[in-house]
Formats: sequence, C-alpha cells, structure tokens
Amino acid sequence: MAEPILEVSGLVKHYPLTRGILFKKQVGAVKAVDGVDLVLHQGETLGIVGESGCGKSTVAKMLVNLERPTAGTIRFKGEDITRLSGRALKAVRRNIQMVFQDPYTSLNPRMTVGDIIGEPFDIHPEVAPKGDRRRRVQELLDVVGLNPEYINRYPHQFSGGQRQRIGIARGLALRPEVIVADEPVSALDVSVQAQVINLLESLQKDFDLSYVFIAHDLSIVRHISDRVGVMYLGRIVEIGSDAQIYDHPTHPYTQALLSAVPVPDPEAREERERIILAGDVPSPTNVPSGCRFRTRCWKAKERCALEVPELAVPEAFRGAQGPAVHDSACHFAEERQVVPPEETGNGPG
Amino acid sequence: MLLEVRDLQVEFHTRDGVAKAVNGVNYSVDAGETLAVLGESGSGKSVTAQAIMGILDIPPGKITGGEILFQGEDLLKMKEDERRKVRGAGMAMIFQDALSSLNPVLSVGDQLGEMFVVHRGMSRKDARAKAVELMDRVRIPAAAERVRQYPHQFSGGMRQRIMIAMALALEPALIIADEPTTALDVTVQAQVMDLLAELQREYNMGLILITHDLGVVADVADRIAVMYAGRIVETAPVHDIYKAPAHPYTRGLLDSIPRLDHKGLELYAIKGLPPNLMDIPPGCAFHPRCPMAQDVCRTDVPPLYEVSETRGSACHFWRECLDG
Repeated sequence: MAEPILEVSGLVKHYPLTRGILFKKQVGAVKAVDGVDLVLHQGETLGIVGESGCGKSTVAKMLVNLERPTAGTIRFKGEDITRLSGRALKAVRRNIQMVFQDPYTSLNPRMTVGDIIGEPFDIHPEVAPKGDRRRRVQELLDVVGLNPEYINRYPHQFSGGQRQRIGIARGLALRPEVIVADEPVSALDVSVQAQVINLLESLQKDFDLSYVFIAHDLSIVRHISDRVGVMYLGRIVEIGSDAQIYDHPTHPYTQALLSAVPVPDPEAREERERIILAGDVPSPTNVPSGCRFRTRCWKAKERCALEVPELAVPEAFRGAQGPAVHDSACHFAEERQVVPPEETGNGPG
Repeated sequence: MLLEVRDLQVEFHTRDGVAKAVNGVNYSVDAGETLAVLGESGSGKSVTAQAIMGILDIPPGKITGGEILFQGEDLLKMKEDERRKVRGAGMAMIFQDALSSLNPVLSVGDQLGEMFVVHRGMSRKDARAKAVELMDRVRIPAAAERVRQYPHQFSGGMRQRIMIAMALALEPALIIADEPTTALDVTVQAQVMDLLAELQREYNMGLILITHDLGVVADVADRIAVMYAGRIVETAPVHDIYKAPAHPYTRGLLDSIPRLDHKGLELYAIKGLPPNLMDIPPGCAFHPRCPMAQDVCRTDVPPLYEVSETRGSACHFWRECLDG
C-alpha cells in the first residue's frame, strides 16, 4: 500500500456547554467527535459515512484546520500539524483543501468567479505571481469543465452543478495533495451528481490527489472510495475496504445502515431482509456507557454497557482469513450479508 | 378512479417572463394504489401536487387549463369553501420539511386536535383525546405525555410521524407525500416509509409519492410517472420501468446510479442541464440532452405513445429505447 499521507489518532472534539453569564461554569459537553483514528494513503479515496450528527463534518473541519481538536493528533506526511500556528500552519493548509456541500452558500455572491477561484492566490502569492493569475484561473476553469471565458461572471449566473465545479476549482487552485470533500454532491440533482463524481475521479488521476470523501449516500461512497469508514455518534465503528464493508459487514450498525438503503430494483423488494432500528440516535451530550450503539442494538448484552469495544479485528475473527476480517468495534461481531449480491449484466445499461 | 388529472397546465407569471411549470400532465390514482411521481427539481412534480391540493400560490401561479377529477368531481370548478372541505377530509398532504410545516408555538396536541375542532366540530377535550390516539397510531412512544410538547422537542423522524398523523386525522381517501423522507437519515427514512405503507394498506388510501429517489420508488410504488420539464415522459408499472425503460431520460437516470459492476469506471452522466422553464426547447424538451435525438425531435413534440396497455412513453423512438 502507498505511503500514509494523513494519519489521525485519538481525535476528539468536545464543545463545552456552559451555564451562567458572568460566572460561566461548564455543565457538560457535546461530544461531537470522541476518539477517531484513521489513515489516508497517498492517492486513495477514503469514504466516511454516517447519519447526521455522527461527527463526520466535524472530522472534516479538523482535517483542514477550521476547528481545533480538543485532543488527539493529525499528522500530514509524518509531521504533527495539530498545534501549528502562524506561518507553519499556513504552509500546511495549502496542501489540504476542502470542497463544501452547498454550492449556493459557499460562494460569495458579490465576487466574480475569477476572484473566487483566484482568492487562494492572494493568501499564498508564492503559488502564482500576480501577472500570471488570470491565466491560472482560466486554466482551472477549463480543468473543471467550465468555459474559461466565464471568468467575469457571478455565481448566480451558474446552475448548482456548475457552482460545485467552481468550488472544486477553488479547492484545486493551490495544487493541494489532499482534498476533503464534505457531501459534495448531495445538494445536486441526480442527473448532475454523476457529472460531478466523474469530474472528481478524473481530477484525482490527473493531479494524484488523495480524497477524504464524506457523504451519507452509501452507493456513491462505494463507487468512489477505496476504503470506507462508518461513523456513529462521534466514533468510527467499522472500517475496511469497500468490499469488506459493503459485502461483509460485521458491525450491527453498518448492517442496519446498509439494509435500510432503498435499492433501485423492485424485484429485490420481497427478497430483502431489512433491519429496522428502534428509536433515534442518542444525544451527543449524553453518550451511552460502553458501546454507544447498544441502546439501538438488537444484540446488546450486559457486557456492551460495561466495556467500550475497541476498533480492531474482533476476537471471533482473530487468526481467520477472508474479507470479514477487518476492524469492527463490536463485542459480538459476526458477518451478515445484507445487500443482495448484484448480478452483473442484467437491468438497464 | 379516485383521482384523475387531465391535461393540467400551470404557469407562473414573474418579472422576468412566464415560466411554464406544468405543460399538460395526465395521471390517475386508484384507492389503495401508490403512484410515484419522479423528477428533478423544476420538473413540475410539486407544482402539480399543489394544484391538486389547491394550495398553489395564485398569483404568481395560474392554472391555464385541464381538469382535476377527485371522486368524479372537477376540483377546479369548485368554490373555495367546497374545496376547503375536500382538503383534509378527502385528501391530505405530507410535506418534506416537518419542522417548518408545523407551528412552533402550538403544542403538537393542539395542532392535531385542530383538525377535529374545525372539521368535525369536536370539543377541545375530545379533540385532545383523538390527538393522543393518532400519535399512538403512528407509534410515537408515551403519546399521552408528549401530546403537550412542542415541535422542537421532537426528533426529525418523530416530527415526520406527527405530519403523517395530521394527514391521517380525518381518514382521507388520498394522501400526497412530497419528498416525505428526503430530510431524514436512512435508518429513520426506512422507519417512516414502512409506517406510511402500513397505514396506507390499513385504510386503503391512494398515495401519490413525489420523490427524486429511484431507490425509494422501487421499494414502495405500484406505478411510476416520470416528469421532465412539466410533462410526463414515461409512465409504467414499477417492475417494467426498472427492467427496460422506454424513454431515454428514464434510462439516463437509471444508468447514472452507481452500480457494483461499474466500480472504477466512469459513471454514466446525462449531459447538460435541465431546461429553463421560461425557455423550454422546441420539440421534445429533452432533445438537447438526449443521445438518441434526431431531426424530428427538434421540431415535433412527442405525444405519450402507448407502449402497452399499461405503459406510455413520450419519445418518438421508444421502440429503439426499449430495445436498448
């Protein structure tokens, strides 16, 4: 496997809850991210899936240094970047860029497309000398499939898919090595999503990029990712290659999540076994003891309330071989196929 | 037939011109049947639903033609006070965003009970009891206590259950659900769709499910109507359409779903963008994006050709499309 480019260990983000105005005292914390370890290798795409409130966007913000972690470290090419400041931080930020979810609110409506894509050069003038910027911006527009002559237009003159291309061009401007994309296609229409996914994949090849791809749409994540991590309530509960996670999930939450995804095939309606979870995700201010999924888990036993399951190959699988052997944070992990194996060659297309 | 929409046309008059949102839509729903209306933003799927419910903003909206027959009567010819009786008792709607559809300063019990006070003339006390009963029915735990709570005290999934309870209150014959689970997480989405399907069976209601999600459609629908630029481009029983679409737009949508055996390959993408409703292309509205387009597509608007007794396709080349 290629060199690790990002290594995250023990990442924690707690937002304090305070009471009182003059004499503030902390009465608790929102445990948005509560101990995340992951590795991103050079040139790969790591998908992160999870439901709203699981902390996936907070992880993204910490990776690009928009939020400071409460604890834990993030290493970029071996260097700890968690507590950098000033010039050193600025230099690292150049290499890790972000693409946001909503192309309607993440572009300044009063700036032209040229100014938006060129703004990173104002902050990092060493990347492009002043006289060269217009040409660089036009190159970037061309790279993301927009007409370079649109450089003086404003965001409202573009459709949602085109705006997301502008956001991607801005992310590429500084020639970063890592791009963190937080739900980059979820605001787009179905027919336009595929265009943007194809663009991201071809850019990855052309510029040798590594992606952290965060989304809640499991089929898109599977399409684009080499490895996938599943988050629940601030922690990764299972991580592995896309085939390991989708075809051989061992964590009950992953199994429930996969089984709940509607499959675009009416023939599968009767055959599919669906795991419908009871209740809602607990509040991150009041995380259950032991395994945090136990309140909704059909397998939960006493042990789950007492012992936090670590993210490692489960005991039952140690020494075994095969795709079910991968990291899964469950005391009672067992393999269960929930997505019907897809036959090749039938259906439209 | 419970509901029949015939040649419905809706326009919006704006400062920049006239947007033709719905251009001759025909569909029908029977009791106990689920019709999925599939389309992207701007396809006219929600505007059609609003016209059926009679909640279209007029102006700027304007219904310029067509009929909406509900239990045999044309809703568009009814007076507003008659229409009001149909709304709620005859048909009800579930919206996408439960938080902004519920009144934040009234308890959920008051909002559910209001249906019975206004339409059935019940006392407040009886209406409250009815509200608890409804909340039980949509499986909200501890309904008797939670009936006094306000919308912000419920989770997203629970709020959507309250919306469903409200729609069911007067046991309507038809429910229109406009993207009912789009704002919810997948595990909660499955809970809510299951509940909706179960209640529909129990009451033998007609259900119009408006969505852009091909997965949800495959899970629950009996029939599909695919909309594009304010028209129905294909209509068929759900099994047929997934096996062999008869319109290139439907085919494009199905092909752009990531599939296992396409991993690592480029996804199929429909080229271009959905049309501007102020300037819909002549001929077939899909022709600028269609891989099969010929000269005739640029000039002649395709009628909804009969593919079989139960299927229709608005494509001049539906035979070629069916053959792949």
